[in-house]
Formats: sequence, structure tokens, C-alpha cells
Amino acid sequence: MSLDRSDVERIAYLARLALDEQDIPKYTENLSNILKLVDEMQAIDTTGVEPLAHPLDGEQRLRADEITELNQRDQLQKVAPATEEGLFLVPKVIE
Amino acid sequence: MHTKSLTELAAALNSGTVSSVELTQAFLERITALDPKFNSFITTTPEIALGQAKAADAARASGRAGDYTGLPIAHKDLFCTEGVRTSCGSKMLDNFESPYDATVVAKFKAAGAVMLGKTNMDEFAMGSSNESSFYGACRNPWDTQRVPGGSSGGSAAAVAARLTPAATGSDTGGSIRQPAALCGITGIKPTYGRVSRYGMVAYASSLDQGGPMAQTAEDCALMLNVMAGFDKMDSTSAQRDAEDYRAKLNDSIAGLRIGIPKEYLSDDLDPQIAERVQAAIRELETLGASVKEISLPRTRMSIPAYYIIAPAEASSNLSRFDGVRYGHRCDNPKDLMDLYTRTRQEGFGAEVKRRIMVGTYALCAGYYDAYYNKAQQIRRLIQQDFLAAFNEVDVILGPTTPHPAFKLGEKSNDPVSMYMEDIFTLSLNLAGLPGMSVPCGTVSGLPVGLQLIGNYFDEAKLLNVAHQFQQVTDWHKHAPTGI
Repeated sequence: MSLDRSDVERIAYLARLALDEQDIPKYTENLSNILKLVDEMQAIDTTGVEPLAHPLDGEQRLRADEITELNQRDQLQKVAPATEEGLFLVPKVIE
Repeated sequence: MHTKSLTELAAALNSGTVSSVELTQAFLERITALDPKFNSFITTTPEIALGQAKAADAARASGRAGDYTGLPIAHKDLFCTEGVRTSCGSKMLDNFESPYDATVVAKFKAAGAVMLGKTNMDEFAMGSSNESSFYGACRNPWDTQRVPGGSSGGSAAAVAARLTPAATGSDTGGSIRQPAALCGITGIKPTYGRVSRYGMVAYASSLDQGGPMAQTAEDCALMLNVMAGFDKMDSTSAQRDAEDYRAKLNDSIAGLRIGIPKEYLSDDLDPQIAERVQAAIRELETLGASVKEISLPRTRMSIPAYYIIAPAEASSNLSRFDGVRYGHRCDNPKDLMDLYTRTRQEGFGAEVKRRIMVGTYALCAGYYDAYYNKAQQIRRLIQQDFLAAFNEVDVILGPTTPHPAFKLGEKSNDPVSMYMEDIFTLSLNLAGLPGMSVPCGTVSGLPVGLQLIGNYFDEAKLLNVAHQFQQVTDWHKHAPTGI
């Protein structure tokens, strides 16, 4: 599978990544080579094979529905880039 | 003193030959003097270290010392450390002081360990050479023109240069075993779920596993006793009782059944690496082990399967870096989309961007079955190959890497050739099995690693075999020139 420039731009958009214009040809080449490598998988017949998502086929543990978290908002927001009155600030999204 | 193993240093502390404060000062001085050559640490924490060392000496004086009390540790910089920068080797987290400790870090603290600092690594643990670190490449102490391996390259280099007797690492596709091999030290990746992932910055959650890196198998056992165990804060933590990994180190390995995958020792393998591995197998035979050839036919397929599954999980995990709650944020974003895309453009390096994009592509509607689902099916087949092998043998042996340490810059522009270096390590993460790397010789003055692979939760068996091997060989005692 070979990608072209517009594919890379679309993937970058979906991944919320801005790319420098001059880097796009290199990413296009790199990603095409990686996809060529992973396309080797298609040579293997996997008809009827159950996908393995967890190495030990583990299942999600459940716990009692009890409040165990403490309110650590002030401590956790200390590392935030911009906050006000306990809220995280982002650029205006509603006109 | 700095050349002693962790176990020897523990004995020295217990006999009173040295205090933890003296030991800590000696290692801190070595880091200051030597690390500019290797760049194995991102952050050093001398004040914390000396405070912990004093507390450890006081605990020992009052008879409250445990097995790890007063012994040094360096943490790979993806384990969260409260109040200390946890960068994950990325500009994205350059300003991030974690508000809490990872479980692994908390366990070492509770055991009385002395934290010397945080070690260099490939950005977000994505790499096999440590060259993708925002803080610059770490260098191999055996030859500073060569890479230490990755992603736990800083941890491996720091132990090899005897700047610390022990370091934590994490292994998603070989990131403990490969740098251990390239730097001539011992490292073990436990079974998936054996060591808590809580507070370990996530790369690929179904593959990530933390583990010990040190000079010897005996030292790794001492560390794993601290690190392993169930943790309710990690949703995939294995619910198993604690185990003393030192209890079986001295058991005889007479009668041990060793399997050698013909795909690992094929004609394509560097003949000098093959020769060192064969010599190690002969040593184990003289200790009473029997050897038979086995087959892991899907070994080659672990590369494409891994390079879909890991990027897919990474693209999801790394979506949390959005410039809102912590980490880097771009200046003057004009709208929300600009905030996301420019923050991530500035904060992530090239390899991280590549893997995020591959993962995003693989998870796209229309491609999911061809890539992600297919890779998970191949993962099942790889696991079945291993399970079939473990019906016939107790452990599997082979090389850890196809080559010794390569030169800085040699593969950094060609991601696919870098990925091929992971051929012998990736399949264990896909299957979730434990594996370790043990020094077994040198080629042109560079260390070679022997890989031992065990069945699920057979860490004690691997450590036993590795310890017995290290009783009759001295490769683990070799240090780089001038160290």
C-alpha cells in the first residue's frame, strides 16, 4: 500500500497533528515503507482465528460501586498550562 | 565499590563496611564526573537521594532494614515520580512534574531504596536506539560512537558504566532486553501484568511491562521481589500471590529441557552471534540441561503484527496530549483545532509522529479488518506456536538481537531497518511471555546477549537458569574499558 501526499495530510488531520510543509514528502515515503512492511501479514491465512487482544485473555475486573477517589483538583491542576477557578482554559469554542 | 553487584552492595551495607550515604555519594560523584560522556541520565536527584540514604542508614541502625534498604536505583523517565520531572524523553512532558508516584516507584520508596535520578530513553519508549530522545542520544559505554539500544537505553548504559547498580526499564517490544544485550548487562521482562503499569506512561497498553535491569540475574531477582505484585490501580494487573524470586536461584538445572528455535539460529544470523549463543548452550549442557530444536514458524510475522498493534494503541494513548491538562501547550492558539494540532506538532518528535499516523491509519474505518484485526489474529497464532513449544521444553533460548550495537545515525533515517532489529524480541510481548537477556560474550569488543524465554509466570525459572549460567561464566562481570 503506497500513500500519496493527500493521504498523509488526511491522516495527520485525523491524528490532530500539524506537519511542516517540507516534511510531508519524507513522511509520505516513511509511512509507505512501513505499510509495505506490515502488508506482509496478508500472506498468512487467518481464516477462523480468534483475535488476541489480551495476552492472557484476561477480562476487565469489576469493583464495588463505591466512591474511592479523593478530590485532588488543586494538586492535579498545578501542572495544567492554563486554569481559572478550577476550570481548564481553552480557546473560545462558542461564539 | 562501584563495580560491585547490587547483591554484593547489600552485603556490604549489612556488614557495616559502607553506609548508604557513602555509597550514594560515590555514585552521585561518578554520575557527575562520567555521565557527560554517556548522557544516560535526564535528571539527577541528589537531594532526594541523600535524604533517602540518611533515612536508610537510620533504619538499619535501629534494626528495621529490609533487603533493598539503602540500595541505589535509577528510574527510567517514564515512571512517574512525585515532584520530579517525568519527561518520557519528550518535549511534550519537559515541564511535567508528576503529582503522584508510579506504583513501581512507590514500592521502591517503601522498600527503602535511594533514587539517584531518571534515565534517558527513546521518546515515549518508541525506538531501538535511544536516538529519538528530546534530550539527545544516550551513548553506549562500550563504544561512545554506538547506540546503547532502546528504548531503555539510559538505564542500560548507566548500569554498564557502573553509574548505578540497578535501574528500572520498560519493555513493549524488547526495550529492556535489547539495550541490556547491547550494553552487556542483565535484564528481565516479566509476564504481562506481573509488574504494575500504574503511573508508567502508556505506549501500547496490551504490550507494556516494566522490569529490572542490573549486572546479574541475582540482582534482578532482588529487584523483582520489590517490583512485582497485584495492583488494583492497574486494570490488567495479574491477580497472583507475591513470590520470592531468589528462592530457586541455586536450584540445579540438571534435566532442564531447552528448546532452540531453528528460526532464531538460521543461516541468516551473523555467524559470530550464532557462535556465542552456541557456546552458551554448551555451558548449560555441561550443567545437565538437554537441548532440542524447535520451531516458531511465525517469528517473522511478529514484525508486521507488532508495527500495527503498537502504533494503533499508541495513537489512542497519546491522544491525551492535547495542551489542555498538562504538558506542552503552543503559544497563542487561535482556536481549539490550532491548539491541538500545533501543540502536538511542537511537542512530539518524528518517530512518535510516524507511529501515531500509522496507528491512526490502521484504525480507520475500512482498514480495521485488514490491519488491526489481522494483526490480532496473527498474535494468536504466535502465542499458539509458543504454547506448543512449551509442551516439549521448559525454556527457549536464542540470541536477543541479530547484531551487536550499531553506530549512531546508522539506522535513524530508515525506520524499517530499525524495526528489523527487533525480530527476536517482539513476539514475546505479543504473546505476553517473560524473557530475559544475559551477557554471553563479545564480538569485536561489543557485548552479545543470550535471550531466555519462559512460559507464563515462569520468571523464577528464567532467573534460576540465568543465575546458574552466571556461576560458570563471567561475561556479566565484564565492564567497558576505563569503567
